[in-house]
Amino acid sequence: MSEKVLMKGNEALAEAAMRAGCRYFFGYPITPQTELAAYMSKHLPKHGGTYLQAESEVSAINMVYGAAACGVRTMTSSSSPGVSLKTEGISYLAGADLPAVIINVQRGGPGLGSIQPSQSDYWQATRAMGHGDFFLPVFAPSTVQEMADLVYEAFDVADRYRTPVVILADGMLGQMMEPVVMPEERALEDLPAKPWATDGHRGARPHNVVNSLFLDAQQLYEKNVERFERYEQIARDEVRVEEYLTDDADIVVVAFGAAARIARSAVNDARAKGIKVGLIRPITLWPYPSEAIRACDAKAYLVVEMNMGQMVEDVRLAVNGQAPVEFFGRAGGVIPRPDEVLACIEELARKEVVSHG
Amino acid sequence: MAEMECVFKRTESLLPVVTNYCPGCTHGIVERLVAECIDEMGMGGQTIAVVPVGCSVMAYDFFGCDAIEAAHGRAPAVATAAKRVFPDHLVFAYQGDGDLASIGMAETIHAATRGENITVIFINNAIYGMTGGQMAPTSLPNQVTQTSPYGRNPAYAGYPIRVCELLSSLDGVAYLERVTVDSPKNVRRAKKAIARAFQNQADKIGYSLVEVVSTCPTNWGMDPQQAFAWMRENMLPYYPLGVYKDVVADGYANVAEAATARAAACPLVSVSKEDDR
Repeated sequence: MSEKVLMKGNEALAEAAMRAGCRYFFGYPITPQTELAAYMSKHLPKHGGTYLQAESEVSAINMVYGAAACGVRTMTSSSSPGVSLKTEGISYLAGADLPAVIINVQRGGPGLGSIQPSQSDYWQATRAMGHGDFFLPVFAPSTVQEMADLVYEAFDVADRYRTPVVILADGMLGQMMEPVVMPEERALEDLPAKPWATDGHRGARPHNVVNSLFLDAQQLYEKNVERFERYEQIARDEVRVEEYLTDDADIVVVAFGAAARIARSAVNDARAKGIKVGLIRPITLWPYPSEAIRACDAKAYLVVEMNMGQMVEDVRLAVNGQAPVEFFGRAGGVIPRPDEVLACIEELARKEVVSHG
Repeated sequence: MAEMECVFKRTESLLPVVTNYCPGCTHGIVERLVAECIDEMGMGGQTIAVVPVGCSVMAYDFFGCDAIEAAHGRAPAVATAAKRVFPDHLVFAYQGDGDLASIGMAETIHAATRGENITVIFINNAIYGMTGGQMAPTSLPNQVTQTSPYGRNPAYAGYPIRVCELLSSLDGVAYLERVTVDSPKNVRRAKKAIARAFQNQADKIGYSLVEVVSTCPTNWGMDPQQAFAWMRENMLPYYPLGVYKDVVADGYANVAEAATARAAACPLVSVSKEDDR
């Protein structure tokens, strides 16, 4: 087991990716994810890997597409405006069933926005990472340790289901330093075999083709159906969620990533005041832990996000009108304060006393 | 009976399938030449084709080697990664004018300036064929297309791009030649250029591109011979055939040597760096 080290979130993502066997990184500079690319440029060559600074995000994701087609573990990272540019390539990755990892260290938007932390790409990550009918697994770390653990796991999930996987972090997690224990280095020869890869047939098999074009409507339809069967399996087996003090909770706060850290402080403060409140922290944003949220059977839910209200829609879908779902958020790089969240919890507790006696 | 010597056989790097190309299209000739060159190098099992969006979008079904279908214009980026993963394989991008010189120009310029050790086959027929004949980045002034119905007006729509001339200024480029395939003689010349572009890759000399001035009988509204005549009359004066860059003929071992010599007065350039790609 390796020892505990103090690292920035962005660097932890980079180091853990290398330990997962990622040897090909393609990127383009953007704040606030820059340390990740810088770390890769320094360390990947020492591991026999390739760091290549592309001319654009569009090119970087297409380099990822090419490397993934060749059967190696590959990754790119960016921040919100850059991720928008990558979505073309991500759709092609999904359409060609290629495994790859895409990091989004989110900043405020829309447009050029800000360089401050934000969670305003939730809809993009979970619904619209490109054109066409597809989903992809989205992991949302909330500590530097989780940055390392989830990116490490993301490569396995990507290979297992032949899908791109997104790590949805934010500028706060990317820039903060915390102690982290790095996962074990994976031996490249132990990584899963990829008999579909375009690695040169050497006369030993028919040629492999990596492709997302199917001009025959029926054939494309069947491709989509097959992919959605895989999505069902992912939804069944890959949901990850953390529950905190939910057993006896009348009020459940739902928050992910950096916002969940703030929400947790507020939950602790509310408990100290005698309010029965808990926290659900989705770790996978797709597949979404709807079942865990429903199973809380809380009297009221409060969703806390660093945006104008995006994940709150998934919570409402999960709760399906059985309880009120309130929202509190700050956007554009403004970070909600624990006392603001606490005030929302107290307000909700008062309303519950009024409505349920 | 004396043992028979095999003097000719099917080009194995081209699969025995029917293509989707129109009668008189030059794609068939060029793909055959590419496949012959790969066969002659004995590299069919270690070649990765990166095919574009355009009329040759389904070339992955025609080439016998492993193949990757790229997004529109992104073939050089995809080929870059494939070559970085397999430096000893042959990796080539096969692209048309809209793909290479319009939507994919950034990818083209940067793969070239990085000196990616890949081969690019560029089909320039001055029109978007697959989508039905729209104005291309290489459509000539006054050329009538579906989206320049009164003729391309340069004052309004700008001028065509001469790709070989444009790329010739970049230090990462080893070899640029513009050819055509309108006659047996020119087909043989085109094959020589393609063979050279692949051999450069095997010898790790740098980025090589062969531009094939081509026709589109269907969207030009001509029969194949009329199309060749139109091409000779209008395209070749605008896009003259010939070698536009050849670092080996210039006496250099590779692009690194040529680039260093060109910038010899810059002290930073003379620091030698190991190529660790």
